[in-house]
Amino acid sequence: MTIPLPVFVAIPLVTAFLLPLFGKKGKAAATALANLATLLLLVSAVTLVGQSRVYEIGKWSIPLGINLVLDGLSCLLLLAISVVSCATMLFSVRYMEQYTSKSKYLSLFMLMVAGMNGVVLSGDIFNLFVFLEIASLASYALVGFGCEHEELEASFKYMVLGSIASTFILFGVALVYGNTGSLNMAYISKAIQSSGMNAGLAFALCLFMTGFGLKAALVPFHAWLPDAHPSAPAPISAMLSGVLIKSLGVYALVRIIFNVFGVSVSVSWVLISLGVLSMVIGVFLAVGQWDFKRLLAYHSISQMGYVVLGIGIGALILARGGNIAWASLAILGGLFHLVNHAVFKSLLFLTSGSIQMSTGTRQLKELGGLTEKMPLTRTTCSIASASIAGIPPFNGFWSKLIIVISAVQAGFLSLAAVTVIVSLVTLISFLKIQRYIFLGELPENLQEVKENKGTMAIAMASLACLCVLMGLLLIPSLRESILEPAVTVLTDGMRYSTNIINM
Amino acid sequence: MPYALCFLLFMIGLYCAVVKKNMVKIVIGILIMEYAVNLFLVMLGFRWGGRAPIITAEDMVGGSLSELFVNSSVDPLPQALVLTAIVISLGSLALMISICIRTYERYGTFDITQIRRLKG
Repeated sequence: MTIPLPVFVAIPLVTAFLLPLFGKKGKAAATALANLATLLLLVSAVTLVGQSRVYEIGKWSIPLGINLVLDGLSCLLLLAISVVSCATMLFSVRYMEQYTSKSKYLSLFMLMVAGMNGVVLSGDIFNLFVFLEIASLASYALVGFGCEHEELEASFKYMVLGSIASTFILFGVALVYGNTGSLNMAYISKAIQSSGMNAGLAFALCLFMTGFGLKAALVPFHAWLPDAHPSAPAPISAMLSGVLIKSLGVYALVRIIFNVFGVSVSVSWVLISLGVLSMVIGVFLAVGQWDFKRLLAYHSISQMGYVVLGIGIGALILARGGNIAWASLAILGGLFHLVNHAVFKSLLFLTSGSIQMSTGTRQLKELGGLTEKMPLTRTTCSIASASIAGIPPFNGFWSKLIIVISAVQAGFLSLAAVTVIVSLVTLISFLKIQRYIFLGELPENLQEVKENKGTMAIAMASLACLCVLMGLLLIPSLRESILEPAVTVLTDGMRYSTNIINM
Repeated sequence: MPYALCFLLFMIGLYCAVVKKNMVKIVIGILIMEYAVNLFLVMLGFRWGGRAPIITAEDMVGGSLSELFVNSSVDPLPQALVLTAIVISLGSLALMISICIRTYERYGTFDITQIRRLKG
């Protein structure tokens, strides 16, 4: 059975509009419905593995109508979004009981999922912009969901920078349309191939890089992330750090650069420098933090740096016409780290939520000695910390190893050294977390703390299992069906347009 | 020339959003940016002496479109894009203003230099 692609946008969108109808009385029913929807999306995403096809909305053929495109890269992102949204939705069942108007929360959550699925499936840049705005607007509202001082402030800051980014992207879309006469990515790419770049298109590319860079929180544009991510409720922090910055930022950026404009040496250097800056600055800002979620947010910036660095090295090799196998390895490292980061960072934010719910604080200095009281949270948090710090055999180790190997292969020994050093600093800051939260003296006021059970435990345990098992994605049969197609989409570069037009 | 003015409007909006200290003024700055982009989109499809791209019987010459129609009709697509963009900016405007109002209720001011509880 083949699942039509619009289902991935339609299911969450319809659920989002149904949920507020349940009101206060039907809270349990609304929660069940939302969980059913995310589960359904996960199952459908799994059945799509290994497929690639084009869906023409309303049977309008490609240059005239809107199309949705499923290829390896979209499929990888869809899987990541579905896994993380399924786990966080399960976590919210109990966690969101603290807040009023849960059904509104669920509705915004589904709207965000619809937007993200739309972004990764969209085949033309204007619809990409529309879905990006849907996801962004839902996330602005979710960041300010608590309506407390800090949350509103963070939400406003995020919203201003996010709106500026969206305007930049829309301006870029307008410039591209003016210069190529098409909005479909495949046809734009064809037009650029035949007529070459001009000043307008180059300016559009700059606008796209700024806009998507802001959405991805790469370092010169990162100011909003450390405020916005900790202020949201924990499951939303997990969604924002886990998949939102990836699908709206990195995915869109990479798609536009590789498949629409084509890689060039200068753009690759911009990617590499953004990656290195994010990696180094993010991690050094993280070490000094005493707020658990804020520390995690800074690490998101640093880890996105790894992803962009891996992809940037691949782009540079491709642009110089070097060995395709080396370029594939670098891009594989970047994309593999992207999915790994989605899993372990969302798990870390969920454990922070679990700790905050039990103890009422997330300041590292006020916590301590929770090993005995919260064994499951402790175990899952340690697994996720080991993953993000790159300790074998957890998933983060493998992707970091691939990035280091590809940096050495491409002759960037200094970049490889920086990568390893950043990884060590990451390890230090996560040892700090383990030390201050789980070891040491148990403070007086936390004697009565209880472990969170039920759905929260299931969500954390399943993500922890994934952290352990995702190294298996590198064994040949799984790699060929999940990771390789995604890498091929990027190494194919401008052949994307002919692939889509002929499909 | 009109494109340059449009870009100037965009930069004025960006300046306003980045430099101003009042939350409402920042929102206005973002709106000016959005309007500048909308204006730019509309101008892309503009044509002196153009006409609505609706095909009538007179426009068909021997089974294909007449040259006059092809050379004088305006491009309708940017207008569709602008309509969508306006709806989206309306949605984000509503959200932005409601967050401004909530923030005013909490802090009693619109001045962002005084709304600084987050640091680090």
